[in-house]
Amino acid sequence: MWFLPVLIVGATVLLSIPLGRYMARVLDRGGARNAFERLIDTGPQDWKRYCLAMLGSNALMFLFGYLVLATQPWHPAFLNPDGKGMLSPTTIFNTACSFLANTNLQHYSGEVHLTYGSQIFGILLKQMLTPAVGLAALLAVTRGLRGDKHLGNYNLDLWRGLVYVAVPLSLVVGAALVVEGVPMTFQGNVTVTTLEGVEQAIARGPVAAVVAIKQLGTNGGGFYGPNSTHPFENPTGLSNVIECASIIVIPMACVVMFGVMLRNRPHARVVYAVMLAFLVALIGWGIATDSMRPNPALADRAALVGRDGKPFRVTTADAAGTEEAKDLAVPALVGLPVDQSTGNLEGKELRFGTSAGPTWAAITTCTSNGSVNCMHDSLNPLAGLTPLTGMWLNCIFGGIGVGLINLLIYLVVAVFLAGLMVGRTPEYLGKKVEAREMKLAALALLAHPLLILVPTGLFAALDWGTAATNNPGPHGFSEILYEFTSSSANNGSGFEGLGDTYGFNDPKANPSTPAPYAPHWDVATGLVMLLARFIPIIAPIAFAASLAAKKPTPMTAGTLRTDTVTFGCVLFGTIVLVGALMFLPVAALGPVADHLGPIPFGR
Amino acid sequence: MSATVTQPRPTADRKRVRRQGLFAPDLMKAAARQAVVMLRPDRMWKNPVMFVVEVGTVLSVAYTVAKAATPGISAAPLGYLVALDVWLVLTLLFANFAEALAEARGKAQADALRKTRQDTPARRLKVVDTSVVPPGTLDSWLQTPNFIETVPSTRLNPGDLVIVEAGQVIPGDGEVVEGVASVDESAITGESAPVVREAGGDRSGVTGGTRVLSDMILVRVTAGAGKSFLDRMIALVEGAARQRTPNEIALQLVLAAFTFIFLVVTATLWPMAKHAEAYMAAYVGAAQVKSLGTDVPTLVALLVCLIPTTIGALLAAIGIAGMDRALRANIVAKSGKAVEVAGDVDTLLLDKTGTITMGNRQATRFVPLADVSAVEVGHLAALASAADATPEGKSIVDLYRRTPGAGVWSPPVGGRAVAFTAQTRMSGVDLPDGRVLRKGASDAVRKYVEAHGGPLPPRLREQVDSVAAQGATPLLVTEGNRIVGLVVLEDVLKPGIRERFDRLRKMGIRTVMVTGDNPLTAKAIAEQAGVDDFIAEATPEAKLAYIRKEQAGGRLVAMMGDGTNDAPALAQADVGVAMNSGTQAAKEAGNMVDLDSDPTKLIEVVEVGKQLLMTRGALTTFSIANDVAKYFAIVPALFAGTLPWLKALDFMGLTSPTSAILSAVIFNAVVIPCLIPIALKGVTYRPVGADALLRRNLLVWGLGGVVVPFAGIKAIDLALTALGMA
Repeated sequence: MWFLPVLIVGATVLLSIPLGRYMARVLDRGGARNAFERLIDTGPQDWKRYCLAMLGSNALMFLFGYLVLATQPWHPAFLNPDGKGMLSPTTIFNTACSFLANTNLQHYSGEVHLTYGSQIFGILLKQMLTPAVGLAALLAVTRGLRGDKHLGNYNLDLWRGLVYVAVPLSLVVGAALVVEGVPMTFQGNVTVTTLEGVEQAIARGPVAAVVAIKQLGTNGGGFYGPNSTHPFENPTGLSNVIECASIIVIPMACVVMFGVMLRNRPHARVVYAVMLAFLVALIGWGIATDSMRPNPALADRAALVGRDGKPFRVTTADAAGTEEAKDLAVPALVGLPVDQSTGNLEGKELRFGTSAGPTWAAITTCTSNGSVNCMHDSLNPLAGLTPLTGMWLNCIFGGIGVGLINLLIYLVVAVFLAGLMVGRTPEYLGKKVEAREMKLAALALLAHPLLILVPTGLFAALDWGTAATNNPGPHGFSEILYEFTSSSANNGSGFEGLGDTYGFNDPKANPSTPAPYAPHWDVATGLVMLLARFIPIIAPIAFAASLAAKKPTPMTAGTLRTDTVTFGCVLFGTIVLVGALMFLPVAALGPVADHLGPIPFGR
Repeated sequence: MSATVTQPRPTADRKRVRRQGLFAPDLMKAAARQAVVMLRPDRMWKNPVMFVVEVGTVLSVAYTVAKAATPGISAAPLGYLVALDVWLVLTLLFANFAEALAEARGKAQADALRKTRQDTPARRLKVVDTSVVPPGTLDSWLQTPNFIETVPSTRLNPGDLVIVEAGQVIPGDGEVVEGVASVDESAITGESAPVVREAGGDRSGVTGGTRVLSDMILVRVTAGAGKSFLDRMIALVEGAARQRTPNEIALQLVLAAFTFIFLVVTATLWPMAKHAEAYMAAYVGAAQVKSLGTDVPTLVALLVCLIPTTIGALLAAIGIAGMDRALRANIVAKSGKAVEVAGDVDTLLLDKTGTITMGNRQATRFVPLADVSAVEVGHLAALASAADATPEGKSIVDLYRRTPGAGVWSPPVGGRAVAFTAQTRMSGVDLPDGRVLRKGASDAVRKYVEAHGGPLPPRLREQVDSVAAQGATPLLVTEGNRIVGLVVLEDVLKPGIRERFDRLRKMGIRTVMVTGDNPLTAKAIAEQAGVDDFIAEATPEAKLAYIRKEQAGGRLVAMMGDGTNDAPALAQADVGVAMNSGTQAAKEAGNMVDLDSDPTKLIEVVEVGKQLLMTRGALTTFSIANDVAKYFAIVPALFAGTLPWLKALDFMGLTSPTSAILSAVIFNAVVIPCLIPIALKGVTYRPVGADALLRRNLLVWGLGGVVVPFAGIKAIDLALTALGMA
């Protein structure tokens, strides 16, 4: 049970160190080095120009992706062998936003709704480019923190991230997946007659290519709807380990690269250790509450009563407003006669073992990947806290580049408070942190809770949310909460059980009826993803540039050190405290209430 | 001519104000009144955290009134809503009280100062050109009284020349241009010993409101009415000129961000609670379910508990108290920023004399250079110094008297004392028995002996140099034309100075000794005292260059100075403390003035600055850490009506949902007055290094901040239950 997570985390930690050093060497090598680089190099940029270049290229990418998806019916036959039709406009908008924001939230099912052309040019291309965008942002921030006058050149950074990191690594992983049996073909569906005598169309396509970069690039948008639970997307135990390790290795390497570039490895080591501690804790929590606990829906359950032994009471009122206290009689339940010694098996791919699900769930949500190899909706309620927490904090290694940037926001808050507590104006890396820096950090800090809580509240109170959820009560609330958390964390994993798929524009062309509120979900999550992508990138770049312009102060015995165990504890504590203060109420309303309350609840 | 103007004696006032306890009854009364006045929204607006509380309180009160009119609108009992409103208002009042109390303490200081600022008659010279004051002006003007007019001090302009005599009050800030006088400055310093003020040199600055005790001086006024040092000091102390410091603004931003986050958290709980109510209603098959989750005053209560009200309420008080603490140490900071910057200082420039050493050299050893004993050298030196009234001379006699084996000391009878002159640079005595004794600096004595054809001892230069190398000053003693020995004069280190520098080093501060001594002597003293660096043969230019060099390396520099030629360095330094006894130029250039003119004050200034920042950090951490317990009290209570099983999160086992919320609000309010003493006194600073300090503060304020409210809220809940109010 513990072998798999230890293997995956251990292997990625070891791999991340040489990879991070390699990345620092190839990505941070100054001006253009060859003819092509000279062609795209527009010279050193300050933070405004850098951000402008980034936004410009993203606008182009958005437009291009939108056009590819919107012209699906006219894709040439070899890219559309199954003759797929037009998608609904909101699905196109949502998908274009989702892949631009490196979120890969999928309100569609790839094998059903997308042509190979859309898969390659609408999805795969952005899956390659958006991690490089995140990496470029981190390079800019790091150069600012290092005190460079200019933050580098965006085009160069993007290009190098693409050709030196994204492409070569996905070639290696893709080849390994092909060896493990993942399909890689441009031919259409295969129609077979099953043992039961039924004809079945089996979807295939350029799967290995999509899957490799989906895992490596903290993307998560699977070729197939069921993502890496699908046997063609994740066929063997080894492919599971490779895919799981691919999720986190680049985000880990980013921290190593950060230390090398800053020439301050001890500080990066503290950051890395704090992130690792969170990762281990969340994996541990997931396994302990899911793989080591029975599925509560099948287990014995005592009658639900208060501490005084009496049933809980609620005050009800009828339409006229007359109040009445009612006892909530939740009787004891006898469990089903199932062996639950192997933990909760619902929604798991048993091929991979019992702990593979929670391990993947933790890793995929700590980084902003969002691919899945089990159904998060079927995790035990408390185990559902693992993926939610990973996304709420959104800085435990996190998305490529952006995860570390998110951590810097928490770090600034920690530095500010701890700096004051040692009796000095707070400093980070020898630069004074003052009002302007705190303004930018606050902006980046505010965006995440705002973009999660406001739409969750809105959808929970309206039919938009309640009519879209599969389950009533806290579990349904968790489904809504998860969707917006996943969007704002640019994660893209789904709790599922949410009616958010519209699909083809022609309702009759869809295998299942379009969900009534799917357009609402498409638009809301689309907007959340865009805002949640760019606010926490631009504000920190401005922050770093602002620090870069300051005169460095030398270290003294009175300076707060950022490379000590004490500081690691401060950082850890700040993340726990600030994260808890933002999300404790929704955690209580969702997973915790789900765990404590009656099962099933409602209907 | 004497004492025609009578003045109140403000010294006693100043001392009384300074001694006043934190919670003197008259201050408390004034602050309580002011707390109510400060509820005005336009005043609250300046403090975003407390402004949110005020808006929430208004909302809650309006809701309570509506509930009283139509009971159906809320599930909460009216008594609970009223109690909530009362405590919300108290939260506001406590916050205002904290600020008002800090201001009242400042005002009390200011009032004491203001008594010295009464309109005093000034005797002004009627001249057109006041820029040139030739010697003897004072006498010549006194002989022509027609040219002296008496005007009120409020009508003095900068540049005016005024005559001040014994018994009169100096009408305005200025510089002595002629004469010398002893001045009682107790009105501003609280120190009753008079000080000497004289023209030329570094003790020429006089302050308006102080009194001349003896003699007569001609003063050139440097500050117009209302702009004097005293006026500015009063404005600062009163808080009228208080501007928010950069660090305060940054912290205010962080607090605003947290407030906004909690506003979002609380506001979005309303629709989420609606959602919970809807499905619970469906579950039990009722039309609706009532819970506190959709009760507006309860959500306001949650918001007020979560936003950092503790630090929001105390932030202003901490700033004012920082200035006040500096003032209690008799340091007037020209701005709050100056005090704050002091906490960041990396390098301290300290004058050797008076700061590191006692400042007067004392004889510590007699060394024979001819075939005489050390005791004999001592005897001759003592005889030569018998008429010498300087501390050095006295110390020679003292040392001889303490020397074992010395005979009974009797000063020479008769004879002729030879005083020290700048030409001879020697002093001594011609005894009645014809012996000629002299003592003096080595080069002067050498010339004297050579001129009288005396022999130079063979190892003279070596001996003299070795004494100098130890940081001491050699004085040669001669009898006739023969050098008999030397007296070692040493500048004695202040007791405990080494430990003080060790402390500074632990604080991360480099100490630099500034001295006029030659590099050899300077090095020796620097080593003895344990300073990190020294500037020998220091000129004002050298000091300035050193400060610039340190600043180029990113360090913040603090220095103290008194002379006009210190002014550029004082202005250049990040923290420039001018001595009150110093010249006006020095006082203008620095950003703080030390009323005691005590050079060791720099160290205290740094500690006050650090304490100020630490207090802010500690209370912010405490305030935010408090929220954890409040969540565990309030969240189960909010959803007791819809998700009653969340009671399992209520680790404190609170009596009822309403008592849980009320207890959290009461705790949140009560903690403010409880922390006022800490805000005003500051968190204790220990010079133990940043890491140890951080660990300590985290443990006390971070962990304490998490744990204390659990106990506090439980205790309040128990009390409410006991009183039957749960």
